[in-house]
Amino acid sequence: MEDALLLALQLLGATIRVATPLVLAAFAGMYCERAGVVDIGLEGKMLAGAFFSAAVASATLNPWLGLLAGIAAGVALAMVHGFACITHNGNQVVSGMAINILVAGLAPTLAYAWFKQGGQTPLLPNQARIPAVELPGVEALSGIPVLGPVYRELFNGNNILIWVTLVLVIATHWVLYRSRFGLRLRAVGENPAAVDTAGLSVATLRYQALLVTGVLTGMAGSYLSTGHGAGFVRDMTAGKGYLALAALIFGKWRPGPTLFACLLFAFTDAVQVRLQGVVLPGIGVIPVQFIQMLPYVLTVLLLAGFVGKAIAPKASGIPYVKER
Amino acid sequence: MLLSGSGKGQPGAVPGWVGYALLPVLNLVAAFVLSGLVILVIGENPVDVLSLLVSEALGYPEAIGYTLYYTTDYIFTGLAVAIAFHCGLFNIGGEGQAYLGGLGAGLVALALTGWPWPVVAVLAVLASALFGAAWAFIPAWLQAKRGSHIVITTIMFNFIAASIMTWLLVDVLIRPGSQSPETREFDPGVWLPSMDRALGWFGIAIPASPLNLSFLWALACCLLFHIFLRRTRWGYELRTVGRNERAAVYAGISPARNIVIAMLISGALAGFVGVNEILGVQHRVILNFTGGVGFVGIAVALMGRNHPVGIILAALLFGVLAQGGGQLSFEYPTINRELVMVIQGLVILFAGAMENLFKPQVEALFRRRGTAAAETGRS
Repeated sequence: MEDALLLALQLLGATIRVATPLVLAAFAGMYCERAGVVDIGLEGKMLAGAFFSAAVASATLNPWLGLLAGIAAGVALAMVHGFACITHNGNQVVSGMAINILVAGLAPTLAYAWFKQGGQTPLLPNQARIPAVELPGVEALSGIPVLGPVYRELFNGNNILIWVTLVLVIATHWVLYRSRFGLRLRAVGENPAAVDTAGLSVATLRYQALLVTGVLTGMAGSYLSTGHGAGFVRDMTAGKGYLALAALIFGKWRPGPTLFACLLFAFTDAVQVRLQGVVLPGIGVIPVQFIQMLPYVLTVLLLAGFVGKAIAPKASGIPYVKER
Repeated sequence: MLLSGSGKGQPGAVPGWVGYALLPVLNLVAAFVLSGLVILVIGENPVDVLSLLVSEALGYPEAIGYTLYYTTDYIFTGLAVAIAFHCGLFNIGGEGQAYLGGLGAGLVALALTGWPWPVVAVLAVLASALFGAAWAFIPAWLQAKRGSHIVITTIMFNFIAASIMTWLLVDVLIRPGSQSPETREFDPGVWLPSMDRALGWFGIAIPASPLNLSFLWALACCLLFHIFLRRTRWGYELRTVGRNERAAVYAGISPARNIVIAMLISGALAGFVGVNEILGVQHRVILNFTGGVGFVGIAVALMGRNHPVGIILAALLFGVLAQGGGQLSFEYPTINRELVMVIQGLVILFAGAMENLFKPQVEALFRRRGTAAAETGRS
């Protein structure tokens, strides 16, 4: 009983740690897609955030400067995306792809030239990593049967960015549905012409949305390389940006369901690690690859309308051109 | 809308070559200037590096062979993206379709040990087309019948293809007793002859390179692509759906049917990458042999303006980048292969997403010159 509880808690703990960058990236996508800008470039922005955080953290031994650098990298790329798609009415999918390919090349190229360790940054010492929060009272509560282990495994020792992400999730819900900015953001994604008629700048609103996207993807990258991991390795995002996009669709562009989708994807990942090589009764060993592709299959099924229809913001992907 | 502002906009005052030649070249120059900056940042001389890149790709016969071998892949994926574009679809799934196409070609080659290579080649072409098209069919059908966004479904199918292929190569097709996840090598008799061997039959000697007969098939595909799109009823219907779906419906053309047809052709074209890579070069099915060709195909189609001639030229450009860039790492210790991806990304960004970057200025320039010439002519 005690063991089963501990196993479950460890699984949940792993889920939270894996889910954090996914949640950050998916919520980053939520801001810009709700404003009508499709961003396939989440992956690239995360990777850039991861590299520049690790590079700066390793040079200055200050994780906070690293975090800032990661955010700056995310924002810079988001602005490039905006410049191409909002200012020049470029194709949003092409721009996102270009950013992904560019960063997939740029990060290892710079790492190779600056650190000379085969395309990665040096292993970060502990003081250069974003710290975990040790909560008080772990010892005091450890005697209590259920509460003690839950407190120890799920709440204690989480990275600061995990808590920040939790706050951001709640804040996003409030911003989207309760604030004036959120109302305008949703309006500009559904009917930009109406927003324009109301005297608001469509371009400014979309740039603001992309700014948030940049900040969140930068943080996601930072978490990967300086919070969860200890240094940048090539391809360290490993498709998480696309998975976040899938979670966003799975969550139908709404904060609560998107969070749930991220947790679900992260949970399959955590289970997958445990399931490797385990023989299931009646089925035998499920190849890892089939568990790994579960989120993608789920997303396709959802898009096909078999799990409920996902309706994107109406104006997403369409450049807004003012009639003259 | 871009014409407004100059006041006396004369439609047609801007010559056509500005759109399909001058602007792409300007975008390309911008991309290379930025690439030069990146090279400067990592501490090398951009002019030296870029000129070495060009000479390593085009400077001697062997290098040209390698460049054309990369070009072959990019022609296939460029055509694949272009045919979908003509139907108004965005096929990002070239990567997965090429991967599956390679499986098709590989299975044929594994099964037909001892058969004459021309038969195997024809069957492998068919199999790779079939596998690639099959992989494109599900996203196409979902788009046509259920409105599932094809960009997302094809991305997802890339990941699913990668997982399935890993499983097949690790657990099913792996050569018994081998540690690395790949099939056994094909019988040399069924290999697609390399260009140096084929030309050797006619007494022409060229240096050995991975360039093989699939290059000719790529060129043939360009011709077939053009004939299909411009000279047949199916091509006309497909383009009509791409231009205006509602008009197509009024004309009695079924968008759903054409979406599926366009994606099947697209998947088949992407699948041919497998013939070049698996049957022509690797001679076994290996992991990740596609290495991003599906994504480069998007850039090739965009730069080539979805026209076969443009696609050949753009594919050549990316072939030069792939070959020349790969060689740079031997000369410069600070540079590795990934620099190619930086240049590729910048070219896609400028030639694809920011294609209108210089348009207003250039058009205004031409219009000013046009009106000035007209006024001097009148006086």
